Amino acid sequence: MSNNLRINKNNFIDHTVRISFKFNGKKLFGYKGDTLASALLANNIHLVGRSFKYHRPRGIMTCGSEEPNAIVQVGNDPALTDPNVRATEIELYEGLEAFSQNCWPSVNFDIGGINNLLSPLLPAGFYYKTFMWPASFWEKYEFFIRHSAGLGKSPTKPDQDLYDHQYVHCDVLVIGGGISGILSAKLSAEKGLNTMLIDDKNYLGGSTIYQDDDIFRIDNETSNVWLKNQIEELKKKPNLTIKNRTSVAAFHGYNYLLARENLTDHLSGNERKEKIRQRLLKIRAKKVVIATGAIERPLIFSNNDRPGIILSSSIKKYIDYYGVKTGESISLFTNNDSAYETAISLNKSGVKVKVIIDIRENSNSILSQKIEKTGIKILRGYTITNTDGYKRINSIEVMKLSKDGGSVVGNKITYKCDCLGISGGWTPMVHLFTQSGGKLKFRNNDNVFIPDENKTPSEQISVGSSNGDFELDDVINNTVKNIKIFLGLDKNNYENLDIKCSKEKQKRNIWLLPSNKPISKTKPFLDFQNDSTAKDVKLALREGFKSIEHVKRYTTTGMGTDQGKLSNMHALGIIADTTGTNMGELGTTTFRPPYTPLTFGAIVGRNVGEFFDHTRRTAIHDWHVENKAEFENVGQWKRPWYFPKNGETMYQAVQRESKAARESAGILDASTLGKIDIQGEDASEFLNRVYTNAWSKLSIGKCRYGLMLNEDGMVYDDGVTTRLGENHYIMTTTTGGAANVLSKLEDYLQTEWPELNVYLTTVTDQYSTMSICGPNSKKIIKKIIPSLDLSDESFPHMSFKNSKIDNVNCRIMRISFTGEHSYEINVQSNYAKDVWERCIEAGKEFNITPYGTETMHLLRAEKGFIITGQDTDGTLTPSDLQMDWIIGKKKYDFIGKRSLYRSDTIREDRKQLVGLLTDDPKEVLEEGAQLVESLEKPIDMLGHVTSSYFSPNLNKSIALAIVRSGKKLKGKKLIVPMENKNINVTITDTVFYDKENKRLNA
Amino acid sequence: MFIINCPYCGERDQTEFSCGGEAHIERPKQPTELSDDQWAEYLFMRKNIKGIQFERWNHIHGCRKWFNVVRDTSNDKIHAVYKMGERPPVK
Ligand SMILES: [Zn+2]
Repeated sequence: MSNNLRINKNNFIDHTVRISFKFNGKKLFGYKGDTLASALLANNIHLVGRSFKYHRPRGIMTCGSEEPNAIVQVGNDPALTDPNVRATEIELYEGLEAFSQNCWPSVNFDIGGINNLLSPLLPAGFYYKTFMWPASFWEKYEFFIRHSAGLGKSPTKPDQDLYDHQYVHCDVLVIGGGISGILSAKLSAEKGLNTMLIDDKNYLGGSTIYQDDDIFRIDNETSNVWLKNQIEELKKKPNLTIKNRTSVAAFHGYNYLLARENLTDHLSGNERKEKIRQRLLKIRAKKVVIATGAIERPLIFSNNDRPGIILSSSIKKYIDYYGVKTGESISLFTNNDSAYETAISLNKSGVKVKVIIDIRENSNSILSQKIEKTGIKILRGYTITNTDGYKRINSIEVMKLSKDGGSVVGNKITYKCDCLGISGGWTPMVHLFTQSGGKLKFRNNDNVFIPDENKTPSEQISVGSSNGDFELDDVINNTVKNIKIFLGLDKNNYENLDIKCSKEKQKRNIWLLPSNKPISKTKPFLDFQNDSTAKDVKLALREGFKSIEHVKRYTTTGMGTDQGKLSNMHALGIIADTTGTNMGELGTTTFRPPYTPLTFGAIVGRNVGEFFDHTRRTAIHDWHVENKAEFENVGQWKRPWYFPKNGETMYQAVQRESKAARESAGILDASTLGKIDIQGEDASEFLNRVYTNAWSKLSIGKCRYGLMLNEDGMVYDDGVTTRLGENHYIMTTTTGGAANVLSKLEDYLQTEWPELNVYLTTVTDQYSTMSICGPNSKKIIKKIIPSLDLSDESFPHMSFKNSKIDNVNCRIMRISFTGEHSYEINVQSNYAKDVWERCIEAGKEFNITPYGTETMHLLRAEKGFIITGQDTDGTLTPSDLQMDWIIGKKKYDFIGKRSLYRSDTIREDRKQLVGLLTDDPKEVLEEGAQLVESLEKPIDMLGHVTSSYFSPNLNKSIALAIVRSGKKLKGKKLIVPMENKNINVTITDTVFYDKENKRLNA
Repeated sequence: MFIINCPYCGERDQTEFSCGGEAHIERPKQPTELSDDQWAEYLFMRKNIKGIQFERWNHIHGCRKWFNVVRDTSNDKIHAVYKMGERPPVK
């Protein structure tokens, strides 16, 4: 059956361009201008998917972003396929392939459909109640639940498409290209304001652009013709940017909005190549006009979810815009005048409207009078009590409503039909308004939440039907009036338009329509995507849920990818009716961004792969690469981790490097350590205040290790600081802590101690640092700088000298993080690689061994030196680390001093740093492993391992750990319970190697 | 995401700044003379107001200067910005 549902008349579909596409593997045809949904309907395909829980057959229900059912998988490549796309929003292109979701093995025969028969057993909260106990069973249930739930399939490979981000600044942003948005944009552009108009469709004009009837006239033209002319004029404005196929996802404070612009999704594969697929617009607008319109509500009655049941306004759009008949025999069910407009359109196109069922007792608007003249049967004060047809509706049952609308009376009448249009009134799209912080108010006469003009954030306005105006004259007149004030306009051409339209006079609303059957025997669906019914909401209320947020989560109403655009109002209405609450007091659930789903690609833009984060490389990096270093990420830095030789494993390399460093000479690129240049006449006093130990007596040319605390007394960072001159110091920080230390020091200088004359400059990148250690380090330095006096008298441990290597100035410090006799050479970074190569060359005869971070960690652990951030975690004081020696007891104050004798920090049973030796010296502990005293349950956790290595220099396993009351437990045996064994350990001193520090001067 | 008018640079996006919490909490000049309770008051207790709050902000990805901001935490509206050491504007 091809194309006999297509009527050949309209301006929106290009009948000269035929497009072939595939749905569930079947080749079909449509035309340029179609959506996938309109093309499927033209091919008489309504059944497109199965529902989430009961696997009921579901059809296309709407024509826009609110579509709950027709969500499909696009693309046949399982690596690049796009799940959960609304068929109503996919523009047809040559070669499109789409598939139904949530059905197996096929949409026509779905195994999961058995759930429909079980539905009395699957009420709200079924999963919560059934699968909660015993807790240990959850893992087993989860497998089955995950397999029977879920919508589309995720792609399995990285996205190959290109995405972009763009910052946009404008005077006025208009969201929505319907008639109120067009008028707003026009008024704004005519005032000379830099204006951007955004619409999610590929055309402008909203629903008015196909409203072609003599009832609706503006200045003696039909509304569609008038609007078309306005749009043509608008497009000529130089200070206006129009973004079609663009959807605003989020509206944050200060008029900051995110919008997703689709650039290639409507193009065929070949046309897409090398183009950017989507662009995320980050918009700052001085003023925002929300003209997002309204969406039609369904009606809630039993079996209201069958394929062929479509919103009445969507049926109108399919016939008027796409030229597609949604059925041969259509009935309409309504509580308002909208369905009459649909009936007029169908009648004009020669589609038989069987019957209009209107729950209102009467209706005498211009629209209903026009329908009466056509002879279409209208049943007033009636409701539909049931529908029939499994994969497509085939009949409806109709009964008279009682006066109060609470029940049905009389006999049921059955009508055959292959399509049913439903209209439950209109819901203003207030999502963006509330996201931005606006508050809603409830309008009782037509049951809508609309923006409260007194609780609207500044510099924004809602107009048109998103502001609750539904009649053409109200939309135009109120938009013009309010925009005039909002933008401060003078008189304009739109203030006295001659507008003719139908006015709705009678209203009647019943959230849950009655049936002749008890509610337990009916299936009145509320949320079509998540398969929750009005019964579920009532059950939740009976079970004691009161808050709408709780009812929502318990029943999952409104929690699908459509975020309940169709279902939320009815859920609220039923709750209000059942509990006897006014809907205005009940309020709404929270509207959260994004308005429609965003792709991850659009969110991340170009920030993928190597652009995900900055990479910092030292000046010596290329040498490390040439010498086959394995790298470790330390913050943004790439640091050599170890230098494997001849296929060594990491363990083998580290053992070799560690031995070489102690037996002859090792060299480390330490350039990543933070370096802060400190100058000013109060520099010494400043250091006194930020470090725990005393600094004023440090003489020029000397270095000192310092520990920095937070005000809470916990160790924050550490490093060596050198006094270069009277008022000049260079501070080193940990690699990871550099930026934070600088910020913290700046904070104190700017806010607490502005009286200090001190200047801080980061020089981490300007200076490179190489550390040469080991008994032969002295000989190597001597070879490079023969003139330098390296005697212990002239150049003792913890001192510094300015020197030159050839003509390159360098600072040489005799400091050691390994416990070996060591030198640290600091040179300007652009000379660093050359100097490094000089050191390697000079060290060759001593087998100088480059080592990485792993060996550095091992060597310092042998000496019991801490690494802040590895052995500390922000909960340890210097005393906890057995570093009481570094506290300047005589100092009046320093950051964190007062906290060191708070009642909590002087507790003796705090966790404290200790050394650990395993009873089996070959057994290496896992970092993070727990320490316990006994295995008797309940097991008391005493602490955990923070550093652990096999020491080649001691030929045994060593570890550092933090343990409750550790200081007092020296010699105590503890157990490290692992998955498959228990390891016995003994608490020791933290220094394992060269306890007397003899090697520093060796 | 709001816009902050840095007193040194002008209006910039919030992403350039970092918030340093409640303003006008002076570090005690003589901490050693305080009781545990008094020190804890300085160290831990912050108001966390819903409404008008005085805050410290740092233009960390800009001029790196600290300054004060009067912000309504319920709607992020910024009522005033002033430099360190300056008196807060009278409400
Ligand atoms: Zn600034």
